[in-house]
Amino acid sequence: MDIAFEQILIQTVNGVVTGMILALVASGLTLIFGIMDVVNFAHGELFMLGAYVGVITMAATGNFWIALVVASLIIALLGAALYLITLRPLLGRDPLNTILATFGLSLVLQNYALWQFGPVARKIEEPFTGHFTLFYLDYPWYRLVIAMLSAGIIGALWLFLKFGTYGIWIRATTQDRMMAQAMGIPVPMVLTGVFALGSGMAAASGVLFGPLVGVNHAMGLDWVLKAFIVVVVGGMGSLGGSVAASILISLLEAYASLWVSPAQAVIVSFVVLILTLLFRPTGLFARVPR
Amino acid sequence: MTRSGARLYWTGFCVILALLIVAPLVLPEFWRRFLTEILIWGLLAMSSDILIGYTGMVSFGHSAFFGLGIYGAAAALLTVQPPNLWLAILSGLASSAAVAAFVAYFSTRLRDIYFAITTLIFSQIFYVIIFTWTEVTGGENGLTFSRPRLGIPGVFSAPFTSVTLHWFVLAVVAASYLVLRRITQSPFGMVLQSIRENETRTRAIGYPVERYKIVAVMLSGLFAGLAGVLYAIQNRFAAPDFVFFVVSGEVVIYNVVGGIGTLVGPIVGAGFFLLLREGFSRFFTEYYLIPVGIIFIAMVIFMPQGLLGFMRRWLNG
Repeated sequence: MDIAFEQILIQTVNGVVTGMILALVASGLTLIFGIMDVVNFAHGELFMLGAYVGVITMAATGNFWIALVVASLIIALLGAALYLITLRPLLGRDPLNTILATFGLSLVLQNYALWQFGPVARKIEEPFTGHFTLFYLDYPWYRLVIAMLSAGIIGALWLFLKFGTYGIWIRATTQDRMMAQAMGIPVPMVLTGVFALGSGMAAASGVLFGPLVGVNHAMGLDWVLKAFIVVVVGGMGSLGGSVAASILISLLEAYASLWVSPAQAVIVSFVVLILTLLFRPTGLFARVPR
Repeated sequence: MTRSGARLYWTGFCVILALLIVAPLVLPEFWRRFLTEILIWGLLAMSSDILIGYTGMVSFGHSAFFGLGIYGAAAALLTVQPPNLWLAILSGLASSAAVAAFVAYFSTRLRDIYFAITTLIFSQIFYVIIFTWTEVTGGENGLTFSRPRLGIPGVFSAPFTSVTLHWFVLAVVAASYLVLRRITQSPFGMVLQSIRENETRTRAIGYPVERYKIVAVMLSGLFAGLAGVLYAIQNRFAAPDFVFFVVSGEVVIYNVVGGIGTLVGPIVGAGFFLLLREGFSRFFTEYYLIPVGIIFIAMVIFMPQGLLGFMRRWLNG
């Protein structure tokens, strides 16, 4: 089959856009993992619940941006509550216990959503519907805006971790929990805060992504799996690595879907994962070997 | 184990085995099938205990081995006429062993959480392949096939009834339990347990840890494949859902609920979980996973030993 140059360009744009949303999901995951040693299986469910809160707020207020903020805040609070109830008691035990607890959480949250909202997919209206012409396609502006917003949120997170007082607390906690505690940093509060932050980011990506696909109870599954691949390929706990890996994988999948169906294009990301494990098991972009 | 402890253990084993042999004769059809199903899921969970409980590696990819066992058996049952039981077992074991070798080679490079995530992603690879390769696997619709006859060539041959099927499954599960128990007590099993306790030290003593781990994953995958074959024979049906990672998650739940590192614990966990599901699904219909999930989280927090954890030492004698 002959692939036109324009098609490749369109897929490049598509790949970068999906990559940025994926990066937003994965950076919440890698934040929680890198700092708290918690593998959050419920991340996809927080993403999905965020989208649902977005749907409800949209219906009540009619404003997309209010929905985005409200969903992030509510899910951040929910995340903090879930952390306190299920993960705080596991502190100091083998990190594998956190996988089990968050797996249980994901079962509960997903079925709660199914029970509460039913199996029919809901839709979030796009905040603006403008298009521009990309070769022969009318490309929606909204997609580009999502990519930029995601980049903005991740950039803000990076700046916050680098320069903000609380960001420095977070990094200190990552490096040495005991020492941070000794220096007067309220470590338990930092951990709860990080989980809330990661949850809020998942919710934000859920709302942002809502208009592109339907909102339903199983939407989290796909994303959390991809986010796990990204986090392993990018190097666990590395924010920059997750972003780079997200874009790399999304681009490859976008190109692959020129030839095969999107369902099979997923295999490309699996191949990337296998190759990474073969040649750089610590992740493509990790600086310190594990 | 002391002499009286050993006697008590084997007496207990025989009593439970006898109860399980008699059970299908007194139970109504529904519960007979239910019990057989518990044994099959129990075997799957038990195979995963080799990794979780004895080697300290949590596998989230057992659905791949289980599913390939089902599809491998399905392939033999569909291509060879008339369907042959032993060929199905052979084919199921071969395909799950091939997958286990592939997964083991890559995933054992990683430890702890990374191992768990990698096995999970590998099981998803097989899920996608099976889901999209419609010409061979039937895709989303899966495959249906007929049940083979129970028999030994040249000796006898009889169609499976639900009672003989139960006995057949029970025989396979009990034999697998004894084999696995023997393996965990062998020098090989001891090395696995020392990897769980302290991997660095095991390596320092001179054991090729990676090779032991690969063998452990393959062994575990082989028994998971056996469970898949039994499931295929019982349900005469293969579907991509069995390869989906939620099945792997349930297997881990059985292990944690029943008590890891006991081999029988996972079977008890499977029984407990399936009974809970049966009970709750009458009240909560399809939302039974909400209370089940809450109970599971509570058990992770308050009862990390699981139901049988308190008798771990005795069971491993």
